[in-house]
Amino acid sequence: MSQEGEPLLRVRGLSKRFAHEPDIVAKIFQRLGGTVKTEAVQAVDCVDLDVHKGEVLGLVGESGCGKSTLGRMLAGFLAPTEGTIEFDGKDVAKLNRRDAKAIALRIQMIFQDPHASLNPRKRIRSIIGEAPRLHGLTEKATFEEFLDNLMLKCGLDPAFKDRFPHQFSGGQRQRIAIARVLAVNSDFIVCDEVVSALDVSIQAQILNLFLDLKSEFGLTTVFISHDLGVVEHLSDRVAIMYLGRVVEQAETTELFNTPLHPYTQGLLAEIPSLDKRGVEFAAIKGEIPSPLNPPPGCQFNPRCPFATEICRQKVPTPRELRPGHRVSCHHAEA
Amino acid sequence: MSDASEITLSVENLKTYFFLKEGVAKAIDDVSFQIAKGEILGIVGESGSGKSVTGFSIMGLVDAPGRVVGGQIRFRGVDMAGQSTEQLRKLRGDRIAIIFQDANVALNPVLRIDTQMIETVLAHRKVPREKAREIAIEGLRMVGIPAPETRINSYPHEFSGGMRQRLSIAIALLNEPDLIIADEPTTALDVTVQAQILYETQKLCRERGTSLIWVTHDLTVVAGLVDHVCVMYAGKIVESGPVNDVLDNPRHPYTIGLIGSIPTANTRKRKLYQIPGMAPQLLALDNGCAFRTRCEFATKACEAPPPEVALGRRRSVLCFHPQGQDANGAAGRAEE
Repeated sequence: MSQEGEPLLRVRGLSKRFAHEPDIVAKIFQRLGGTVKTEAVQAVDCVDLDVHKGEVLGLVGESGCGKSTLGRMLAGFLAPTEGTIEFDGKDVAKLNRRDAKAIALRIQMIFQDPHASLNPRKRIRSIIGEAPRLHGLTEKATFEEFLDNLMLKCGLDPAFKDRFPHQFSGGQRQRIAIARVLAVNSDFIVCDEVVSALDVSIQAQILNLFLDLKSEFGLTTVFISHDLGVVEHLSDRVAIMYLGRVVEQAETTELFNTPLHPYTQGLLAEIPSLDKRGVEFAAIKGEIPSPLNPPPGCQFNPRCPFATEICRQKVPTPRELRPGHRVSCHHAEA
Repeated sequence: MSDASEITLSVENLKTYFFLKEGVAKAIDDVSFQIAKGEILGIVGESGSGKSVTGFSIMGLVDAPGRVVGGQIRFRGVDMAGQSTEQLRKLRGDRIAIIFQDANVALNPVLRIDTQMIETVLAHRKVPREKAREIAIEGLRMVGIPAPETRINSYPHEFSGGMRQRLSIAIALLNEPDLIIADEPTTALDVTVQAQILYETQKLCRERGTSLIWVTHDLTVVAGLVDHVCVMYAGKIVESGPVNDVLDNPRHPYTIGLIGSIPTANTRKRKLYQIPGMAPQLLALDNGCAFRTRCEFATKACEAPPPEVALGRRRSVLCFHPQGQDANGAAGRAEE
């Protein structure tokens, strides 16, 4: 890693499997000595990540690649099947209750759909203010001031604090979600597609707000998105995911200038941009295989133009080919 | 292109209003554009700009409380308003096809793909069922669905999202239409799947000379795909022209703001240009320029209806204060 010091968040060998619970018929069948085939989806497969303090890590991938599952595990909403998450040097699975609560407050998540993530029956006052009051982060006497301050910082008019979420537009609701996260002094935020549902001009306002708040509050962010343009704009480092694995990670400019994994190369070639006019569109062949039945070896091999025998047999291990630039590919060269 | 016979569709002064309890929402207010044979036209706008309603109005799909209240839509020289329901039905699905954003809505979930496709062919052509099936299989092959002979017997839910969108494109293309209206067909799809769809669509337009209207909110897709672009804001086309002209030398403050707010490699770690405020309520619009409340160049004059300023052949802007000439106007406008 190019950055000095201990990472704020260290993830090692993190995996998540979603398996069908066998139904009653299958259970009886098992009792009688039969074998039941259980289907399992390996949503996240042996992911190693470091996130340093003050950094924005962009997590990119197509739908079904496991980026949201990974994000939910980082935020503590899902328990990993295997692997460890260390936050501030401590394994989050082995904390006592008080420490676990403190860390749960420090790590917060913002979701894609601000219509679904805000309680429609609560006023903005309690959406933003309930958690800090409960956790004793603000006194009753100074509460109004605290709330006004926070709303102003997120570009909301404090006069609206007694309104309900449905009285706000999508962009404003996303601001409320951001204010809610800042209210509990969170310094590690997992953002799951936070600007995907917004119009371009509103998206620009929210991205600018992020830049402001990041420096003011010293936030560390994992920014999950499928939009490579947004990720390139905002992130310090980028990790590319494909079918549950991180196939490549590097510093943003490094990754966008010299992508080493064939999947990343294909992905970058396909981002539409304002400068690409009259494009002859070409496409990565094929589709993402079903995660129920992933191909053996390197999971990209059925679509990869450079695939050879070894790719069909052996899972590539991540190699650091350039400083801070790790690639999981048998054939990639620096 | 000046030859009138080559104009596939011309829309003049189209007005589609929605008559609501609270008042009249002018979803489309005086919109005019043309599309030539084989041309790809992009209609760009944010939510509520009226870009989708434009497509629906052309297809005659506007439902109550909405109504087309004025203007003329000419398809290959024929006024659509003069057509009977029967004649319109013959045009729709045959000469004009539409692709919706959500393929799940466009496809019938309880019918197999072959039933849906053969039905579409037989509704417009007198061919034997077997022949119709062959046409359908050929259609599937064209949009890149592997093993179409067996896949045609599947139900829509057996396909992935990208595949389903391809199915609806295949159905739209079955009768080799002269005009396709694509309403945000790739918005819900991943980048690689989007590239595949763009590739197929582009190929078809070139090979068959089909005209295409690509309705989207995504200027970056427009940059790569279209020949001519119309930017819509609050029911009006505020700027139109050849795609390179509009993107390199935007003249309307809204277009400038829109281009400036797109994050790119050049904007890294800098603040994006941001258009203040948000899109106006259609119900609350007056006759003046709808953008003036968010526009830094707005003056007293903007309270009157803005004039359409012609800037060249098929290039115009709807503004009292069209902005600069310099080609890098938008790129250098990041704040500070």
